[in-house]
Amino acid sequence: MNLTLHVWRQTGPDTNGTMERYEARDVSPDMSFLEMLDVVNEGLVEAGQMPIAFDHDCREGICGSCGMMINGVAHGPSKGTATCQLHMRTFEDGASVYIEPWRSRAFPVIKDLVVNRGALDRIIAAGGFISAQTGGAQDANNIPVAKQDSDDAMDAAACIGCGACVAACPNGSASLFTAAKISHLGALPQGQPERNRRAQRMVLQMDSEGFGHCTLYGECQEACPKEISIDTIARMNRDFVGSTVAAREEKALGGTG
Amino acid sequence: MELRSKIPSGPLEKKWDKHRFEMKLVNPANKRKHTVIVVGSGLAGGAAAATLSELGYNVKCFCFQDSPRRAHSIAAQGGINAAKNYQNDGDSIFRLFYDTIKGGDFRAREGNVYRLAQTSVNIIDQCVAQGVPFAREYGGLLANRSFGGAQVSRTFYARGQTGQQLLLGAYQALEKEVSKGGVTMYPRTEMLDVVIVNGRARGIVVRDMVSGAIETHLADAVILGTGGYGNVFFLSTNAKGSNATAIWRAYKRGAAFANPCFTQIHPTCIPVAGEHQSKLTLMSESLRNDGRVWVPKRKEDCAKAPNAIPEADRDYYLERKYPSFGNLSPRDIASRAAKEVCDEGRGVGPGGRGVYLDFGDAIKRVGVDKIAERYGNLFEMYQRITDENPYEVPMRIYPAVHYTMGGLWVDYNLMSTIPGLHVTGEANFSDHGANRLGASALMQGLADGYFIVPLTIGDYIGSTKLEPVAADHPDVQATEAAVRDRVNKLLAVKGTRTVTSFHRELGRTMWEYCGMARSAEGLRKALEIIPKLRDEFWRDVRIPGTGAELNQSLEHAGRVADFFELAELMCLDALHREESCGGHFRVEHQTPDGEALRDDEHFTYVAAWEFAGEGKPPVLNKEPLVFENVALSQRSYK
Repeated sequence: MNLTLHVWRQTGPDTNGTMERYEARDVSPDMSFLEMLDVVNEGLVEAGQMPIAFDHDCREGICGSCGMMINGVAHGPSKGTATCQLHMRTFEDGASVYIEPWRSRAFPVIKDLVVNRGALDRIIAAGGFISAQTGGAQDANNIPVAKQDSDDAMDAAACIGCGACVAACPNGSASLFTAAKISHLGALPQGQPERNRRAQRMVLQMDSEGFGHCTLYGECQEACPKEISIDTIARMNRDFVGSTVAAREEKALGGTG
Repeated sequence: MELRSKIPSGPLEKKWDKHRFEMKLVNPANKRKHTVIVVGSGLAGGAAAATLSELGYNVKCFCFQDSPRRAHSIAAQGGINAAKNYQNDGDSIFRLFYDTIKGGDFRAREGNVYRLAQTSVNIIDQCVAQGVPFAREYGGLLANRSFGGAQVSRTFYARGQTGQQLLLGAYQALEKEVSKGGVTMYPRTEMLDVVIVNGRARGIVVRDMVSGAIETHLADAVILGTGGYGNVFFLSTNAKGSNATAIWRAYKRGAAFANPCFTQIHPTCIPVAGEHQSKLTLMSESLRNDGRVWVPKRKEDCAKAPNAIPEADRDYYLERKYPSFGNLSPRDIASRAAKEVCDEGRGVGPGGRGVYLDFGDAIKRVGVDKIAERYGNLFEMYQRITDENPYEVPMRIYPAVHYTMGGLWVDYNLMSTIPGLHVTGEANFSDHGANRLGASALMQGLADGYFIVPLTIGDYIGSTKLEPVAADHPDVQATEAAVRDRVNKLLAVKGTRTVTSFHRELGRTMWEYCGMARSAEGLRKALEIIPKLRDEFWRDVRIPGTGAELNQSLEHAGRVADFFELAELMCLDALHREESCGGHFRVEHQTPDGEALRDDEHFTYVAAWEFAGEGKPPVLNKEPLVFENVALSQRSYK
């Protein structure tokens, strides 16, 4: 099959980008989308041009490195699929494909399709963990966890941190990402001691990074390659509000001792 | 070169305790005065960085990905072993130790492996405390599954995403330490050399992959948790970025490279679909718990639809050849058996390079829902790639390069032959011998990262006088200059061929001559082809752009340049090891029924290769392996 690509090219963070047109010839329907780009890039290098820069690593949909807007849709047309797992059989022969980087103020473009997603790491650093210093743990089976809770935690923990939720959101909100971590840890008994603090700190960090607010468009859930549910956002909101109240109570009770 | 393994004396089960007591400690108030560099943020690097920071050290952690959460540990699917014996099925620390030694075909150190088995139980405790959502039973206790090479259920898992969940545990611990200021994270930064001053590793030279700046970072000790080198084969289950540059640069600065030819070919991967293939996708070994492997008995049936081939015409060759382990035979054995039936012309799918992995019986036995619960995400992944539904049609699988047991030589303290340079996880050689058992890579990465290296680093720092090193020290300057020269040299070639085309050709050569079956003739041939191809690479590679920008061709070129050199060492090692053991199968050395034939009299040693200078053959050093607690036997899974 043959395709016409329109790709966002931008040499650096401070330069203006443009859409460039490339022809992708003799594409096999069994190729992955990134393999198709590999072939285009080989051609560009042979022609003495800079290949299209894009992030990718595991190419099996788990590392979360890859991600681009394909015809305006984060990760392209297949539901629950990261870009690296998207296959060319999804496209029609002769189609035009528009490829752009994630769109978000909080994800500045580094080059072409490569963006800086460091804000997501900072949200985790703000509180997306359970403080359990190495070495102090009790026997694992001393903490029974109801299977349903464990399954809920795992559903949320499946997030690969790709940022598609942000790119898909008309508000550029990172709520699904943040909520997934709050839900994963909040569903488990081990996560309870820091539950309030975690919700407070992660949500405030998310706001300070320049992400927009959630108005429940639900686009994030549609774009998520791991199909994480916006139910997690309800959980985040509950924990955030609850923790705000709890913080006030703590202040009221506290004194100078 | 003297190889001192420093295995503590005394009974096996007391060695680690004894060693921990004898190790020097660093006063808590002094720890923050010491800087430790950790390269790599996967299980073996990330866990070490987090733990060292918790202990009070000042840690700098580097990764080439845009976030430490993306290290390739994340792709491990099936599980992590631990000798918890929660299933009451006869497991014990000694049994896990024994299975690992035997699985490695008696080419690993007893002392290291026993410590690994001991530590395994703490890993599960630690991960649960961090909130890793392992699979559970309805009673709330942890669930287990079986894996190849074991007859007990000791594998803990989080659906098919165990590596991801363990890595997120380590990553979250790492970010916790970042927020406290104990760890400084350097993402999109690639290590290009190790700085050695007065014979000790005192820092690294890195390239900022966004700006292209070459910079030096100095420290009191360096840890490499940089993973394996399977991408020397171009096609492997490794992530595209996985590379050997860190360990190869260390080798060229004096760290011995042990058993480079020990590579693992994983039996259950999705077969190659065409020329465009950029990587291979693993289907977790856990699938072999319920899937049955078969090919048609007759060549003529290979083109038929699998469901049209009656039971009587199918050859369940693993169950036939290895009745007691059956479909759960160890990886090396299952891979070779697949190659054998395909070589006989009984392979299925494109090019006849595939065998069936069939869930028909399991679905009949436990129902579709149960199978979906166990393997749903793997089935989806398979369908996405192949466009076939494995609930209805058997999967097609074929072996692919997956893991490298070889790596930098380390002593019991995980220190290489360069003092101060420690190596953890897949990057070292220490625990898996000639073949790694399934679900043991995650175990080793976390054992090294959480429980071993944070202590042995303390011993090193506590017992060594470390003078401050100035940034303008001539050795520092010289190393940095060498890195700049190399980058400039690559950019100056301005040839005609792409980096990928060279990498693909190297990979094809390695798969052909240094893959699943190796012969002296083939290896000699590879040793002629590789240097020629390498010369051509340095004459004719084309890298567009400059060094002062994000340049993915340049990054790839540097890695491929190192793969060329490593490939040669792998072939040399494979040629010298005149025996078959584990993943290393020399066609000249096999039993009458085609199994690996070891030569314990001559090869019960670790081959530690020492760089002797450009253009000179490397020097072979031998560390004899001593077995005091297990009897060497021919591995039998029949």
